[in-house]
Amino acid sequence: MSESRPRTLFDKVWDSHVVETLPDGTCILYIDRHLVHEVTSPQAFEGLRMAGRKVRRPDATIAVVDHNVPTTDRRLGIAEPESRLQVETLEHNVAEFGVPYVPLLSARQGIVHIIGPELGISLPGGTIVCGDSHTSTHGALGALAFGIGTSEVEHVLATQTLLQKPAKNMLVRVDGTLGAGCTAKDIVLAIIGRIGTAGGTGHVIEYAGAAIRALDMAGRMTVCNMTIEAGARAGMIAPDDTTFAYVRGKPYAPKDAAFAQAVAWWRTLPSDPGAVYDRTVVMDAADIAPQVTWGTSPETVVPITGAVPDPAAEPDAARRAQMQRMLDYMALSPGQRMQDVTIDAVFIGSCTNGRIEDLRAAAAIARGRHVAPGVRAMVVPGSGLVKQQAEAEGLDRILTQAGFEWREAGCSMCLGMNPDKLAPGQRCASTSNRNFEGRQGPGGRTHLLSPAMAAAAAVAGRLSDVREMAWREMA
Amino acid sequence: MMDKFTTLTAVAAPLPLANVDTDKIIPARFLKTIKRTGLGVHLFDTLRYDADGKERAEFVLNSEPYRHAEILVAFENFGCGSSREHAPWALLDFGIRCVIAPDFADIFHSNCFKNGILPVRLPHEVCAMLMDDARMGGNARLTVDLARQVVVRPNGEEIPFEIDPFRRHLLLEGLDDIGQTLQHAQNIDGYEARRATEQSWLPAITAQA
Ligand code: SF4
Repeated sequence: MSESRPRTLFDKVWDSHVVETLPDGTCILYIDRHLVHEVTSPQAFEGLRMAGRKVRRPDATIAVVDHNVPTTDRRLGIAEPESRLQVETLEHNVAEFGVPYVPLLSARQGIVHIIGPELGISLPGGTIVCGDSHTSTHGALGALAFGIGTSEVEHVLATQTLLQKPAKNMLVRVDGTLGAGCTAKDIVLAIIGRIGTAGGTGHVIEYAGAAIRALDMAGRMTVCNMTIEAGARAGMIAPDDTTFAYVRGKPYAPKDAAFAQAVAWWRTLPSDPGAVYDRTVVMDAADIAPQVTWGTSPETVVPITGAVPDPAAEPDAARRAQMQRMLDYMALSPGQRMQDVTIDAVFIGSCTNGRIEDLRAAAAIARGRHVAPGVRAMVVPGSGLVKQQAEAEGLDRILTQAGFEWREAGCSMCLGMNPDKLAPGQRCASTSNRNFEGRQGPGGRTHLLSPAMAAAAAVAGRLSDVREMAWREMA
Repeated sequence: MMDKFTTLTAVAAPLPLANVDTDKIIPARFLKTIKRTGLGVHLFDTLRYDADGKERAEFVLNSEPYRHAEILVAFENFGCGSSREHAPWALLDFGIRCVIAPDFADIFHSNCFKNGILPVRLPHEVCAMLMDDARMGGNARLTVDLARQVVVRPNGEEIPFEIDPFRRHLLLEGLDDIGQTLQHAQNIDGYEARRATEQSWLPAITAQA
């Protein structure tokens, strides 16, 4: 690597973490932060145990339970025996290997990708991994953050490194200003609609442009979160004053003089002028309307003003068959207006949209309105701290008065590993990130959209254009 | 720990779908295990069984000879979605040692190698051709030769494929990544010591901050 070549944000973070480059170009990459949860770690700890290995850096590791946990009163314990076994297995493992752990009953418990940034564990310029594909979320801070498999979890636990080859650089620049009622979720859905679910494969995506700069940290995390849905393992946004203001004062963040030192380094990270990207995509935020998916892949996205596409218009036979299969599964017909699609359930939460800003956006729509008859609407804060904050602001009362359920923190209906699931055939407006067949429960049908759009769907009983609904900002 | 992969001659199952996501390979409700084994019966669960748990006759792995398939041929973006290593574990537990597709999602691709499964990338037209071979059933076996980096069709035609040399080496030898990396432990120590001075501001994570 030559220091004179203009480098991207990704290049800089990568270069500063290479321990050694092996003859074939594979790098031993040092990992600063390793986040662990109950679903993808049991076999990794078991592997360590069988090989007689230790956790190399417990002080760079943190564990939490999120995927399996009930979102009702947790003092009652976990009824489902297999879920309970996974949680107990993690508790046993963190005790045996000395790994810091956020217990289920702690106010700091929550979805791993919400609590990492919220606690100041995820920091700019670092390498962050977790046995979970949505680790891309943490790239919003200007970190290189990506999901890994369980064998790699074991590799990081044992060595604090990973064997990796550098990714290619891709720039997604979103210029201009978002219209009213449009959000970070709409930006990222529009990007995925544009480049496709394999559009970023092999790349790290850097998001830039005026519309990205204008986003708060919650919005930036929403965008980076869904990067994996575009096929890229990591998304990154250059750290700036918005980032530093967010990090300052977080429980595990550096303090005082150490913070100043850190900021001095973080300021050197943004891509150099003239840095070269392997691929560039440019969009204008002004063209982005509120988005909603119609199919069972996140790339099957249309503006809420649009209609279900017609497979007959698709020239490629394999794609046509796939579209038809999606329409059959989703029980939609070609040409049907998205705003005519009625729903049975609403899920507001997940690591994509379970932050306080998301709950404020939902409450702004819910205030003074009521969930439509026959619709079950659920709000699941992303963490205990988000829940506390929301309750301090009275959002829980606004939402429950409007007929929403108010839950404890966890992954919940994002993937239905806990009791929160769709019944077969139920249709859900969801702020989560995946609309795959059966993702929210076997036979369940998912439409991805923003928190404001989800709340609008809840009160209307069908997919609706939030821009036609008056709302109050909850500043 | 990992089985070597050298040469495999086996029945190949055609799965003519693109974007086969990991939820499809193994739905989330089966991730509650704390073991790596036993997931094969749930491989492709929703495609394979109906709501009553009965086998769907039309699904390829429910018919002979594909119940014994060790190779899978599919289309673009195989293994997209979640990082769950349960996906390769389920394939392996069923008996699949090789997946052939035009391209793979990154995490799934790397998870395969860690479990002794060989993902082979070949252009769409070639996959379509192999898919036709696979449709011929038990008499039409494919051979995947990792040492020579070729797929041999039933008619004897050899199709070369590319693969990362480091990954190929580990698969051929059945080597464990961690053992490999730990041979470089001194360099990791050195890196850590240097970073501890240069970035002394980076806090340690403790049970309570
Ligand atoms: S909220 Fe959903 S996407 Fe996020 S970590 Fe949990 S299960 Fe995965």
